[in-house]
Amino acid sequence: MSTPTATDPPPPTDPEDAVPQPPARSWGTRALDAVRYGNAVVVTVLALLVAVVVGGLLIAVADEPTRQAMHYFFSYPWDTFSRAWSAVSSAYGALLKGAILDPHALSSGSLTEIFNPLSETVLNSIPLILAGLSVGLAFRAGLFNIGAQGQIILGAIFAGYVGFAWHLPVVIHLLVALAAGIIGGAIWGGVAGVLKAKTGAHEVITTIMLNYVAVYLLAYLLGVKGFQRPPYQQAISRVVDTNATLPHLLGSDLRLHAGIIIALAAAVGVGWLLDRSTTGFQLRAVGANPSAARTAGMSVERNYILVMVLAGALAGLAGCSQILGTNPAITADIDGGFGFDGITVALLGRGRPGGTVLAGLLFGALRAGGVAMQSDTGTPIDLVVVIQSLIVLFIAAPPLIRSIFRLKAARGAGVGGSQLAKGWNG
Amino acid sequence: MRKIVQAVAVTGILAVALSACGSKSDSGTGTNNTNPGSGGKALKACMVLDVGGVDDRSFNQSSWKGMTDAKQANSNLAISYVASASQNDYTPNLNAEVAKGCQTTIAVGGLMTDAMIKIAKKNPTKKFGIIDSNTGQPNVYGMQFNTAQGAFLGGYLAAGMTKTGKVATFGGVNIPPVTIYMDGFWEGVQYYNQQKNKNVQVLGWNEKNQKAGTFANSFTDQNKGKSISAAFAQQGADIIFPVAGGTGLGAGALAQSSGGKVNVMWVDTDGCVSAPQYCKYFITSVVKNLADAVNKYVTAAASGAFPTGTSIGTLKNQGTGLAPFHEFASKVPSSLQSELTQVKADIISGKIKITSPAQPK
Repeated sequence: MSTPTATDPPPPTDPEDAVPQPPARSWGTRALDAVRYGNAVVVTVLALLVAVVVGGLLIAVADEPTRQAMHYFFSYPWDTFSRAWSAVSSAYGALLKGAILDPHALSSGSLTEIFNPLSETVLNSIPLILAGLSVGLAFRAGLFNIGAQGQIILGAIFAGYVGFAWHLPVVIHLLVALAAGIIGGAIWGGVAGVLKAKTGAHEVITTIMLNYVAVYLLAYLLGVKGFQRPPYQQAISRVVDTNATLPHLLGSDLRLHAGIIIALAAAVGVGWLLDRSTTGFQLRAVGANPSAARTAGMSVERNYILVMVLAGALAGLAGCSQILGTNPAITADIDGGFGFDGITVALLGRGRPGGTVLAGLLFGALRAGGVAMQSDTGTPIDLVVVIQSLIVLFIAAPPLIRSIFRLKAARGAGVGGSQLAKGWNG
Repeated sequence: MRKIVQAVAVTGILAVALSACGSKSDSGTGTNNTNPGSGGKALKACMVLDVGGVDDRSFNQSSWKGMTDAKQANSNLAISYVASASQNDYTPNLNAEVAKGCQTTIAVGGLMTDAMIKIAKKNPTKKFGIIDSNTGQPNVYGMQFNTAQGAFLGGYLAAGMTKTGKVATFGGVNIPPVTIYMDGFWEGVQYYNQQKNKNVQVLGWNEKNQKAGTFANSFTDQNKGKSISAAFAQQGADIIFPVAGGTGLGAGALAQSSGGKVNVMWVDTDGCVSAPQYCKYFITSVVKNLADAVNKYVTAAASGAFPTGTSIGTLKNQGTGLAPFHEFASKVPSSLQSELTQVKADIISGKIKITSPAQPK
């Protein structure tokens, strides 16, 4: 991860979201103000905190010993608290262990074991970041891309097919497969873009419907000879050539692969596109006010198509990471829920590339930790989904967080909500 | 902060009001399925479920039942499971179970084959089991099922029971674990026709044409199952054999609305247990005895002898077969019942050859 592309771009500061500060004040006062008025970062952190607390309550309630102790709460109240505490702390302990570091691995001294949790976290974040960028980019142009799932599936189908059906030299095979995946996703996104631009069909509807088409297309392909793996015993595709797989970054025992470099490069690329290019300016203008953009001489239709093609391409890359990196073959649920989680990642990242990378890493850590939590403590992995949803819920409703913590209302401390909600009004 | 205090207070009062007046029992803490680190000697047997959850009324549920059955008979077993939310979870889940110290880990579902082979190679001292797959690894025990044999009996029974001379079957998705049932059903009907010189027709599937056939493309969509069944009934079929998990419940709904003119043969589990609301319309069920296979494997493992190789569930070892007739016990003619016993014996002895291409080898 020491490659030049791996350094996160600093989160771009949008003048609208920053609390206006007189320049002369000290760092300390400014920090205090940030907390008092609840700027975007503080609200995010507090939302996380509340989500973790509510999740903890759910763990305690779901815990059988705790529930048993509740029956005699009045005679031995301490039992309830101690059991609840042990359930919650062991569950969250396992979550951290699976997501960041297992203290036991330190003593064993095996590098593989020490870095495995981090490798899993980053691995999970790759498709989350890419799908989040896809959704976030469309947000900025005022479109709500619910279709990342379908675009991931199409990307995986294209990249996977090139990966197992063609036989090309090293490097070239990988590049061709990646290109195929990008094209697959771009086509699927582009269809929704063209429908929006030419007929006005709402992209929320069309992308959801295209998800279904993609799911059933894949189900069909998994029964077709040439796509399905002999001896045709399972609904699984043939195995991608090793020439077309993304190389592992931390040795063959750790699953982290070069997809993370692609994801970070994509984040930098999207950041540049949005903030430094004319195209990005047009996209943002269309997102902010299509009528004004049209009056200013921009083609709203062309930008709708363009942004959906780009969003589809990004989701297609997520599909590439799934099939060329993480899994060796395509199965019916190759998208693995990343398409929909991409929406929450984009919301948490506030539609900005830097934020999306961080949000993707956070959700990747939750996914990786959830596995250990389920395995070690029997806490259902669904809890991770609940925590993710709570985080987004609280972030999407900053007034709620502010009233819980009694923060003073500050201008623009929200999600840049108008931008994110805009897709519904078209 | 005051609001938090208020919220906590309200929650607390509610919780107390709900259930807090009991007295402490000494029975100690009963953990539901996991007991990590308990007892030095207990054998840790773990299970990685496929998508759908432990209460899917089908595949996962009956596999996990095998574990709990084994646990009841063997106190030195510590059992636990993890669920998979998608195929992305297979590898991390299997890894986590190995890291947790499970002596044996059972993967529920052939889709985990790739992940299982890799992990079995990486952990040659650990033992594994996998359902519906034969990995060829020395430390992985495969549990496969030749359900065509059970379905053959089902087909024969359906052919003997139909009044209209037409029976029907449909699948969830066109994959061998599904079509193996449809093949067996189809062959059973053909065998009946040949023996009795009849011409009972099978709608929805023909073993000779594996690409065609009726499929719902879903294992959950009950409405689809009902509309397919309605179409079959329209064409004159009076017995329907859905091989489509929850989608098949739609066939039960149609049987109900037909007032018993159309009846159903259930699949995988005993329908009168897993979907009792339609028991009245279930002639019988073609079962796949996952619980038994898992139970046998884990019980053997608990005694220290890990089985190796592959087992294939057949009529002979009760790995597949017909469930009890339940409410149809009096409606199935005794002559037909004794014919079924003969057919079963003939399949076991090899006198009847089953030709389904989907059979495990």
